[in-house]
Amino acid sequence: MARFIIRRTLYALVTLLILSLTIFMVIRLTGDPVTLLAEPGAHAEDLDRIRAEWGLDRSWPVQYLTFAKNVFTGDLGKSFNYDMPVSTLYFQRLPNSLELALAATLISFLIGIPAGLISAVKVNSVWDNTGKVIALFGLAVPGFWLGLVMILVFSVWLGWLPTSGQGSWQHLIMPAVALGWYFAASLLRLTRSSMLEVLRSEYIKLARLKGLPGYVVIAVHAFKNALIPVLTLAGVNLVVMINAAVIIEVIFAWPGIGRLLYEGIFQRDFPLVQGVVMEAGIMIVVINLTIDILYAYIDPRIRLTR
Amino acid sequence: MAPLLEVRDLQTHYVTFGGTRVVKAVEGLSFTLREGETLGIVGESGSGKTTVCQSIVGLLPAAACIVGGSIAFEGRDLAQLSQREMRHIRGAQIAMILQDPMASLNPLFSIYRQVAEPAYYHLAVRGRSLRERVRELLNAVRIPSPTMRMREYPHQMSGGMRQRIVGAIALAGGPKLIIADEPTTNLDVTIQAQYLDLLKELQEQTGVAIVFVTHNLGIVARMCDKLAVMYAGKIVEAGSVRELFDTARHPYTQALLGSMPKLGSKEKLLAIPGQPPDLATLPPGCAFHPRCPEALPCCATEEPGETQIAGTWTARCWRAAPGAAATDLPKEAHVAAAVGN
Ligand SMILES: Nc1ncnc2c1ncn2[C@@H]1O[C@H](COP(=O)(O)OP(=O)(O)OP(=O)(O)O)[C@@H](O)[C@H]1O
Ligand code: SF4
Ligand SMILES: [Mg+2]
Repeated sequence: MARFIIRRTLYALVTLLILSLTIFMVIRLTGDPVTLLAEPGAHAEDLDRIRAEWGLDRSWPVQYLTFAKNVFTGDLGKSFNYDMPVSTLYFQRLPNSLELALAATLISFLIGIPAGLISAVKVNSVWDNTGKVIALFGLAVPGFWLGLVMILVFSVWLGWLPTSGQGSWQHLIMPAVALGWYFAASLLRLTRSSMLEVLRSEYIKLARLKGLPGYVVIAVHAFKNALIPVLTLAGVNLVVMINAAVIIEVIFAWPGIGRLLYEGIFQRDFPLVQGVVMEAGIMIVVINLTIDILYAYIDPRIRLTR
Repeated sequence: MAPLLEVRDLQTHYVTFGGTRVVKAVEGLSFTLREGETLGIVGESGSGKTTVCQSIVGLLPAAACIVGGSIAFEGRDLAQLSQREMRHIRGAQIAMILQDPMASLNPLFSIYRQVAEPAYYHLAVRGRSLRERVRELLNAVRIPSPTMRMREYPHQMSGGMRQRIVGAIALAGGPKLIIADEPTTNLDVTIQAQYLDLLKELQEQTGVAIVFVTHNLGIVARMCDKLAVMYAGKIVEAGSVRELFDTARHPYTQALLGSMPKLGSKEKLLAIPGQPPDLATLPPGCAFHPRCPEALPCCATEEPGETQIAGTWTARCWRAAPGAAATDLPKEAHVAAAVGN
C-alpha cells in the first residue's frame, strides 16, 4: 500500500510539472498584460517600469523557474489586478465554489445513478429509452443555455427564484441544476454501461443461479462492482465543477473560482490564472489519489496485493 | 419410482431481429434422470446444450423462450413456474456450475460470503452454524485450511481452487440436481482430472444427480451413466454410456466416437467434415444429412423419428428405424430394431 501511494505521488508530480509548463506558456500567448495594467496612454518608460516591477522583463525560462520554485514553496504569486496573493483570492472563493459544486454533485448523483441503474436493469424498456433521452439532452443541451432558460422561466416569468447572486438555497438551486445537468447525464451513461457490463458477467449469472433475491443480485452483487468506475468519474467531476464552472458562475454572478479565472483571463492576470490552474491541478491530483485509496477500500484486489 | 427430472418435448427458441429470425435451439427434446444418476450431454458447438441447461434452471437470455414441452422436476413442471417460484428452486434444489471458474466468483466478496449465500437464503442457516457449514463445504472440496481461506477473496485463489469453490457453492443449498455446463474446459489437464474425481466423490457422498455438458467424450466415459448426443437442437442418440460407446447406431455418434479427443485435451470436438447447420434455416429431412457419410435417399426429404433400439436406448436415424431401407442395413441392426419394437 505504501509503495502504491509513493508511485501514485510521483505520477502526480509529473502531471503537475507538465500542467505548470503548459499554463505558463498558454497564458503568455494571450498578449501583453502591461498594456492593461497601465493607465491608457501611459509612456513607454511607465510600461517598462511596470514590467520590471512584476518581473515580466526577464526571459521566459527565468520567469518559469521563479514561478515553479514559488509554487513548490506554496507561494502562487500575487495577482496583478487585485494586488493580493493568489492563494488568498483562491481560498476566499473556494467555499462558494465548493457549495455550488457539492450541490451540483448531489443533483447529478440523484438523477444520474438511479436513472442509470434502472436503464441497465430494464434495458431496452420505456425506462431505458427515457434514460437515453435524458442522457442525450444532458450532453447536447449546454448548461449555460439551461441556466438562461431557467432564469427566464423561474425568475423573470414566475418570479420564484432570484436571478443571480449567492446567499440562500433559492440562489443555489438554479446554478446547481445548470452545472449538475451535464454531469448527471455523464453519470447516467457511465452507470448504465458499467452496470450492463457487470450484469452480463459470469458472477452475476452465478448469483442468480444461487437463487438469491433479485434485489441482492442487483443492489449488492452487481452495483458494488458497477460503482468502481462511477466513483472515479464522480470525483473528477467534483474537481472540475469546483474549478471550472466558469460560464455558470458568470451567468449567475456566483462569486466562485470559475469567475475568478474568467476575470484573470480577461485581465491577462498571469499569476492569477497560473495560480488558479495550479490549485485546480493539485486538487485533481489529490482527489484522484483519494479515490484510488477509496478503491483499495472497496476492492480487495487492490487492498490486499499492493 | 418417478424420475427426479423428466424433460418432455422441450422446445426453446431464440427470437431475434424483431421476430424475423427464429433459432430453434432446442426442438423436441426429451430425457429422464433418476436420483444419483449422471447424464452426459455432448454435441458440437451451437447444438443447444447450454440452452437446455438454461431452460431447466429458468435463466434463459431475454431473446429465448420455452415454447413447448415440460420439465418435470420431482413432479412439478418447472416450465410453468413463475420466476419467484423458480428462485426458490435454484440454488436449493437445482444448482448449476458454470464454465469459467475465473469469472464465476464475485471479485468484491469474500469466499465465505459467496459460499454461505445459498445456505443463508434457502436453508435459513445463520451465525456460527453457517460458518461451520461453509467450513465443511470448503473442506469437502479440499480447500486447505478452510477457516483461514474463507476470509480471503477470489483473486487470492488459483483457477483450480476457484472451480472447487464454485463446486462448494453448488452444494451449499443441498441440491438434488447439479447441472455442470462444461465445468472443466478452462482448467488445465491435471486439475481437470482432479476436479472430475472430486465431483464423482461428492456425488457418491450426497447422492446428487448430475447433468454434465461437455465437448469431451473422454469425460463422459469417466463420469457418466447415460449419454445424450445432441445435434441441431435434438437428441439424435441416447442410451447408457456402455451401449453407445460399444455400438453407437447414429452415424453422428459414430463420428464423434471416431474423433474422440484424449481426456484433458482442450480441443473442441470433432474433425467431422462440414459445418453444423444454421438452426434458423435447417435443411429438410435429417438435419445431419449434408454431412452424413451413410445418408439414404429418404434422408434428404423426410425427417427420421425416434426409434427405440433397446430399453432406454433411442436413435433418430433412418438406418436405425425398423423396416426402413432394410436392404441397406447390416443384419445385427435389423435384429436389434426388431427387438426394440
Ligand atoms: N442470446 C442468443 N440469441 C440468439 N441466438 C442464440 C443466443 N444464444 C445462443 N443462440 C443460438 O442458439 C443455438 C444454441 O446455442 P447454445 O449456446 O445452447 O449451444 P451450445 O451447444 O451450448 O454450444 P457451445 O458448445 O458452443 O457452448 C446456437 O445456434 C446459437 O446461435
Ligand atoms: S437419417 Fe440418414 S442422414 Fe440422418 S444420420 Fe441417419 S443415415 Fe445419416
Ligand atoms: Mg454452451
